[in-house]
Amino acid sequence: MKSRFFWDTFFNKTLSAAALVSVLTLAGIFLLLLYNGLQAFSTIDIAEFLSAAPWNPAAYDAPVFGIGAMLFSTLIVTFGSMLIAVPLGIGTAAFLSEMASPRLRNLLKPAIEMLAAIPSVVIGFLGIVLVAPGLAQVFDLPNGLNALNGSILLAVMALPTLISVSEDAIHAVPDYYKEASYALGANRWETLLRVTLPACKSGVLAAVMLGLGRALGETMTVLMATGNATAMPHSIFDPVRTITATVAIEMGEVPFRTPHFYSLFACALVLFLITLGVNIAAERLAARLRKKGQ
Amino acid sequence: MRRPLFFLLPLLFVQCSHPQVETVVLKGSDTELNLVLQLAEAYMEAEPGVSISITGGGSGVGIAALLNGKTDIANSSREINAYETAMAYERGVQIEPFIFAADALAIIVHPSVGLDSLSLHDLGKIYAGEIRDWSQLGGKPGPVSLYGRQSNSGTFTYFRERVLKRDFSPDLKQMNGTSQILEAVKADPGSIGYVGLGYLTDNNGALREGIRVIRLARTNGEMAVSPLDQNMVYAGLYPLTRPLYQYTNGVPEGKTKTFLEFENSPAGKKIILENGYLSAREAGLAGNLEK
Repeated sequence: MKSRFFWDTFFNKTLSAAALVSVLTLAGIFLLLLYNGLQAFSTIDIAEFLSAAPWNPAAYDAPVFGIGAMLFSTLIVTFGSMLIAVPLGIGTAAFLSEMASPRLRNLLKPAIEMLAAIPSVVIGFLGIVLVAPGLAQVFDLPNGLNALNGSILLAVMALPTLISVSEDAIHAVPDYYKEASYALGANRWETLLRVTLPACKSGVLAAVMLGLGRALGETMTVLMATGNATAMPHSIFDPVRTITATVAIEMGEVPFRTPHFYSLFACALVLFLITLGVNIAAERLAARLRKKGQ
Repeated sequence: MRRPLFFLLPLLFVQCSHPQVETVVLKGSDTELNLVLQLAEAYMEAEPGVSISITGGGSGVGIAALLNGKTDIANSSREINAYETAMAYERGVQIEPFIFAADALAIIVHPSVGLDSLSLHDLGKIYAGEIRDWSQLGGKPGPVSLYGRQSNSGTFTYFRERVLKRDFSPDLKQMNGTSQILEAVKADPGSIGYVGLGYLTDNNGALREGIRVIRLARTNGEMAVSPLDQNMVYAGLYPLTRPLYQYTNGVPEGKTKTFLEFENSPAGKKIILENGYLSAREAGLAGNLEK
């Protein structure tokens, strides 16, 4: 009896410690970002930081710290990728769950999940040698290294998560929902659109948000494939430089504890807050949809 | 993280079976990377028992590593700057510069641009974004599309100091490496880019197709010189000839010293010329190699 009690307590404590470590790590990262990021504003004007003045911390004359163009670039690349990935992903998930034979499904689903195992450098490389020249040809552009290229590549990267999670959600819809729909004379398409998808929208939304989070934070692919011009983009065919790419390019050579150093932390902080905002919004929305569904 | 293609190559790490292996670590400039790699291979063949490890990442990365004691030699395609010098002083790092070779920076355009020479002044205007259409210089009308490197590159800094003397246009497309500039210029009809002389020729020494090498003049009206004209370059008439540096902490000793001596030997010089770089002494840039 005693040993059973011991092991029970032991595992309880070990698992709590494991959970605590990950929470503390997250808190630590946030505090570090906050501590270093906020120091940037002792020398940099916060209005300038949030403005569209072109980012140029190592300027020839006076350094300029404006995150506006990069923020906008990050957003257009990310939302562009969602425009491509969401219809494609939900469509694929619905097909896998509702239309495909079990054999096809068992073949396709692992194959799609394998896409997630492709390293981002490889995707970036394909972007340089394959997608960018293709885009240049199709749209008659001088160069394919632009925001659209980044969006396409990020869509490919977000798809596995999106498909996998939303397929699970669609699959979890009880059969009697569909049976009731068929009984009322609806066909498969109507059932999917009017019954199944609305029933699992919180799950599908969670899938979209997970994909969005993946696209927002992705660094290597966009760094390699979007052209990295710091100017404010005017269209999706302009080269862009995202916040992640800027931090990655500049962090390695920046002298420590300088305004430039702290400004990169401020960039990371902005990115962190956006991702946090997206996650909180998703959580709340999903919770509300769940409540309504019941 | 920053220059993926280069960073991922664990470029050279030869482990010899010799019991007392001495390792020399080099880090820095991507411009110098291929050349130093060739030199190191030849050196290791001549001197078994020495292992040389080389990585790129950019000149700034190399100098930062030297200041942090993480490398024996920092490869740099630009001179160490005032900030880094101050940092070295602060940390007790005694910077010793060596110029082991020279490089001419070539300006390349897409053949359809319709220009074959430029002055440094106009080149600066182009890269600062003040000239936005080729017709302003008498070329075929069409927008100028700028290609360059990212800010951690020594070439980026050198070009800014030597040609622009102001900031690059924010429309500059910042490529990950020189090969990417070359490929982009080939594909883009209004393009201009800068690459090291060594990149202009393929493995057989033939000039690459699909690009045009611009002849440069120091000032408007002066004679324009091609970087491919070796006599003119050695006579100091090509305006973008630059020394390639290697920095050490203190006077080099042991294998670091013998490697630097090897680079300066006739065998080393042969490799430098074969790779399309210039001999530092003949380019009039010889530093303190004789030490």
